Parts: sequence; C-alpha cells; structure tokens
Amino acid sequence: MTAPAIDIVLCATVLAVALAAVSGFGVFRAVVFFIVYGVLISMAWLRLDAVDVALAEAAIGAGLTGVLLLSAVARVTRLTGSGSYRPRVNALPAAIAAAGVTVALGWAFLGLPVPRGLTEDVARNLDRSGLENPVNAVLLNFRAWDTLLESVVLLAALIGVWALAPDSGWGGRAGVPQHARRGGVLESFGRTLPPLGLMIGVYVVWAGATAPGGAFQGGTVLAAVLLLVAMAGLLPAPRIAAAGLRLALVAGPAVFLAVGMAGLGWGGFLVLPPAIAKPLILGIEAALTLSIAVTLALLVLGRPEPSTEGGG
Amino acid sequence: MIDPATVYGLTGAAVVGIGLYGFLSLRHLLRRVLAFNVVGSGIFLMFGAAGYRGAAVEADPVPQALIITGIVVALAATALAVGLILAYAGATGRRTLPEDDL
Repeated sequence: MTAPAIDIVLCATVLAVALAAVSGFGVFRAVVFFIVYGVLISMAWLRLDAVDVALAEAAIGAGLTGVLLLSAVARVTRLTGSGSYRPRVNALPAAIAAAGVTVALGWAFLGLPVPRGLTEDVARNLDRSGLENPVNAVLLNFRAWDTLLESVVLLAALIGVWALAPDSGWGGRAGVPQHARRGGVLESFGRTLPPLGLMIGVYVVWAGATAPGGAFQGGTVLAAVLLLVAMAGLLPAPRIAAAGLRLALVAGPAVFLAVGMAGLGWGGFLVLPPAIAKPLILGIEAALTLSIAVTLALLVLGRPEPSTEGGG
Repeated sequence: MIDPATVYGLTGAAVVGIGLYGFLSLRHLLRRVLAFNVVGSGIFLMFGAAGYRGAAVEADPVPQALIITGIVVALAATALAVGLILAYAGATGRRTLPEDDL
C-alpha cells in the first residue's frame, strides 16, 4: 500500500516545524513553533486512526505544554533579562550524534517484524470491560495499573513543584498573580468560554465510554477552563493549603485505589467484575477527571510566590 | 511503494534526531526542555506507527493507551522541569548552565 500524498506532505511539514522549534535564536519563537508542531502531530495521529491520542496531543501536548512554556518564557526573561547570548554549543558533534541515532532508529524500525498486536485480544474481551471504546477499556480496565500510577505521578510532580516554593510562599496562592486589561480580549474570553469549556469537558469524558475521549482529554479541557479564569484575573488562584483543594487533588487516585482494593474480593487488585464494571469505571472516571483537571491546572500555574500572599 | 506506517515511523525517527540535536546543543534551559519534549514525541510517533496496520484494520488500542499515558507523564515532567528552571533563574539570574559557558 502506497502512502497518499497527504501523509508525505504532513510528515515533511512536521519535520520542518520540529526543526524550526530547535533552531533559530528566539526562545519565544521556539515555543510558538512547538505549539504548531503539537497541532500537526495531532493531525498525524488522526491519519494513523488514533483519535484518542490526537485529542490528548492537541489538548496536553500542544495546549497545556504550550501555555506552560509561554508563561515560563515570560518569567525567565523577567528574572534573567533579555540580553543576547550564544544560543548553542557543540552544534556539529550534536548534529552528528543526532543523525546517527536517527539512522539507527530508522534502520531498527524497518527491521521490525510485523507484530501480532493485541487488537484481537482487546476486541475479544471488550464486552467484559464495561466500555465500548477499546482505548479507554485498556486505560481503565485491562491496564488500570498504568493509569492508577499515572495519576500518582501527576500528584508527585505537583508535590515537586510545590516543594520549590520559598518558605514565605508556602500555603499561598499558586503561581504569580494575574492581571488582565478590563474589557480586553483575555478578560472577555475568560467570561464567555468557561461555560462552553465546562460542557465540552464533561461531554468528552462521558463520550469516552463509546467514542474517542476520556478522563484525561476531558480533564485537560476542564483544566484549561480553570487556567483561563485564573489567567484572566477573574478569580484568584487557589491557596495550596486549602483543604478543599487537597481533597480534589487526591480524590481520583483515592477512589481508584479503593475500587482496586475492593477488587481483591473478586480475584485480584484492580479486577472489575464485568457485571458492574461500567458503574465502577464511571465512578473512577468522575473522581479522576476532577483530580486531573485540578492537578494539571496547578502544574501549569506553578509554585506559590511570596508576593501572592495577601494579594486578592 | 512505501506504506503510511513506514512514512510515519521514519518521520518519528527523524523527529527524535531533531529533538536530540536541540537537546544536546541548545544552551537556554527552557529550549532544552522543549527539545526533550520533541524527542519524546518522536518516540510516541514511532510506537504508534508500529501499531498501525493500514486503514482497513482497526488500530491497536494498547499502544494508543500507553501513548496517552506517556503524553500526560511528559507534561508532568515538563512542569517539574520548568519549576526547577524558574527556581534556578530566580536564585542565580541565569538561563543557561555555567558548564556550557566554554
């Protein structure tokens, strides 16, 4: 089967934009190219028939990572000044090493045997999983271990970010205080988009049972709503010591773990009995979505700063 | 002549190389983190392409689930790295490492 022209053109564009993101001088421009790269890669996932991955890449890879890096560029420039500097070292050895790795990887890829894959195993057991979307059946049932530990990794990363807070900032509001111009674009978007975003986020989670979507993609949309409201200065970021916030952060992993422990009665940790798998997964997803949304938003907002104490 | 899975798989290999080049040569710490994300994305693309068997066959859901997990973990690691860079920049006023000053 020959690749259609659209795949060739898409891949060439992906490579050109990836190259633009790691070359040139401006760090701001590099981040903009990285966001474009994320959007193009999510189109590649659509072409590879992986719609769930495309959603995750667009929301997390391009969207949240882009916001995180853009705000980091502004803050690092403020801390270090924007004077000129030599952008790279050892360019030639790095290029030779990188080219070598690419050739080795390409050679290995071409030499891969055609894998049997697990498509049929998943399809055969799908009606016992409680879900109709095979990707979410893998995420929340067949390989629930991965997803449980992933939710713990998110929490660990957030604890790491918070641990960087200076003593005087501990317990304060996450991130730096945000101000947007009254009646400006950001403030208007901050008022009009959240209701829409809430609806889309909840829909994407709900639809994940039968169609592309799920807790991570929907949770990311909800995180974007929280970020938008905070960045537009409409509501202050939460205090990291607030009990309600801490509860929202651990709800997902806690419910997941509790259901997993209950599974011990049915034959093993994280075993879901097929008859009630659907309601159990819905319960896990509801708690997980809340935790993912709040954790991702706080990861992007960053550590509390001393100046946020007492503000707003 | 060349099937779509191979095109995307080889593109993934090239993306890994591009990201690695940036990661090894760029001095600005944020750009290094960005380049590291490009490396990860290339690996995901190779993995996903290896699980693709053409439009007629359903794509393998297991690699897809693992890649979604990977994308989320990559964001968590990036957020932690950015937090460290901000703390470093605040403490030293630098955006590059002194050992790259040569």
